[in-house]
Amino acid sequence: MELLQLGAKFGIYAVMAAILVFALGVVTFRNLFHCALCLAAALIGTAGIYIALQAEFLAGVQILLYVGGVITLVVFAIMLTEHLAGKTVRQNNAQSLPAIVGLAGFVTALIALILKTPWPVTEAALKAKTSAMGLGEALMGTYVFPFEVISIVLLAALIGTVVIAKKDAPEERP
Amino acid sequence: MNAIESLKHFIPELVLLGGAFAALTLDFFVKQKKLVGEFCLLVLVLALCLAKIPAKPMSLFFGMFELDTFTYFFRCIALTATGITLLLAMGYTPLRNRYEGEFYGMFLFMAFALITVAAANNLLMIFLGVEFVSLLSYLLVGFLKNDPKSKEAAIKYLLFGSVCSAIMLYGMSLLFGATGSLELKVIGDALFTASLKPLAATAVLFFFVGLGFKISMAPFHMWAPDVYEGAPTPVTAFLTVAPKALGFAVLTRVLDLAFWHFQGVWSPVLVILSILTMTIGNITAVSQTNIKRFLAYSSIAQAGYILMGLAVFSVLGRDAVLIYLLAYLFSNLGAFAVVTFVGEQTGSDSLDAYTGLASRSPAAAALLMVFLLSLAGIPPLAGFLGKYYVFAAAIKAHFITLAIVGTINSVIAAYYYFRIIRIMYLAPATAPALGAPSRTLTLALWAMLAGVLALGMFPSFFITRILG
Repeated sequence: MELLQLGAKFGIYAVMAAILVFALGVVTFRNLFHCALCLAAALIGTAGIYIALQAEFLAGVQILLYVGGVITLVVFAIMLTEHLAGKTVRQNNAQSLPAIVGLAGFVTALIALILKTPWPVTEAALKAKTSAMGLGEALMGTYVFPFEVISIVLLAALIGTVVIAKKDAPEERP
Repeated sequence: MNAIESLKHFIPELVLLGGAFAALTLDFFVKQKKLVGEFCLLVLVLALCLAKIPAKPMSLFFGMFELDTFTYFFRCIALTATGITLLLAMGYTPLRNRYEGEFYGMFLFMAFALITVAAANNLLMIFLGVEFVSLLSYLLVGFLKNDPKSKEAAIKYLLFGSVCSAIMLYGMSLLFGATGSLELKVIGDALFTASLKPLAATAVLFFFVGLGFKISMAPFHMWAPDVYEGAPTPVTAFLTVAPKALGFAVLTRVLDLAFWHFQGVWSPVLVILSILTMTIGNITAVSQTNIKRFLAYSSIAQAGYILMGLAVFSVLGRDAVLIYLLAYLFSNLGAFAVVTFVGEQTGSDSLDAYTGLASRSPAAAALLMVFLLSLAGIPPLAGFLGKYYVFAAAIKAHFITLAIVGTINSVIAAYYYFRIIRIMYLAPATAPALGAPSRTLTLALWAMLAGVLALGMFPSFFITRILG
């Protein structure tokens, strides 16, 4: 049992390290297609962390939406756009070094903060329902208002995007 | 209060949503797109009439929508700003062949989004509402996609906004992790009892990033001039007023409910940011040659003055924020109404288009002068009342440095506002006279003039209404 726990612990850290490496890949690779694949890997890794934290439903949604939906779209967009798949782009500029130094300081401060804060483990947090059923009930109960607002957000964004993407109205074009 | 019981207090918002769908449907059938705009305007007026001052604070939809006098005030601000923007947009030619009907419909969604922001008192609704407003803003800024400036502005806005929102979201996750709750009030209590000072300080800074972007607070103001210049003029008018006002609303709620215990931490930060914001805004405004850019920097400076009220955070300070926002709404929308008119007539937003405006269009010049004087804070106009309250709050709470810097900045501001007035009145006219404004634009102009004068001359009426 002890060995199993140790293995699980190492496994999680390995997944986290892999996510970091792939995330770095997203922002350093010069080929857009490689970046997209790295992003997919990083997102799958995140799903792995969700599973380790016993949020199976969230992990499923993560894979379905991000890997299955968003990344597929990104890959399609890259492949359908002419000459984009084979093109290499530099992802850094002259300001990269100061930015890295600044970010390193920021991350150090955050790590210090996270280590110092006494994160409470409450009864309510342990009992939180993360199953599909519990989430469904919450969405139709306490969280019905944000749930409905999100649908309006999506609808409004959809209409706006279609309008922006469309050509000028044909009958009014000069 | 559960969802069904809540609905009867939620009628104005339902009217807005129903109106938005009806407007989009109506757009299919009518050729004269202006009718859709008029319909949207009617919906806004109806929503404004149906909105009642709540007798006591109510938590609608299981606490997801806080309906109190604060929400009511910002609901009125949101509806007024949207209505005036629609009036400006109806006379705006570049929109003609860019899906005018959908443009009006989007503004009803926008009004709804703004109200959810005003009523948000937990982290989930704050993020959702702010993102809703941001998404719609990006779309509206880039609405004229054939205009390269508009496109560039939209992309800049989107990139900058996403990063700021992400940082705010991270701060929220820290707060949620440490306190186990989304409710601002519960978070406030938890932060008070547990020793979480470093975490609270970090979270409040992250909030300043996310909301500072919305209110164009320095150093998160970089997007503002480009976006305000590139966006269609009615959208610029809207962006300088409504999302900014709602950003202040959220900031007030967050500081008041969640971080009241840590005033010693964030108050000095806000003082510095306030000074930085007004100084950067004012000094850069002096050298501008494009009126939209000029008003963009002026609006950054105005945000600095409003921040004074928040930095002080006494009862008087909070009241000052509300009164200043109302005065700013009338003055800035009015100024942009004139800019829309001149831009429409001359096809240019450069300051040269305003040379000798007094002889080319005396009414427009006089109105712009009134609005600029109000922005400068000259009595007896609305802006004076706002400035008076803000400075009174700062002095009463012994923030003397802040008050002095504010005064120096007001003098710089007066210089550049008078510069525009000088161009309009003392420079000889080089261009031909302007025609008459459209009816909708005239209505917007007179409504804003009435607001500026009424708030300046009968302040007690408004103050008792706002502060109860």
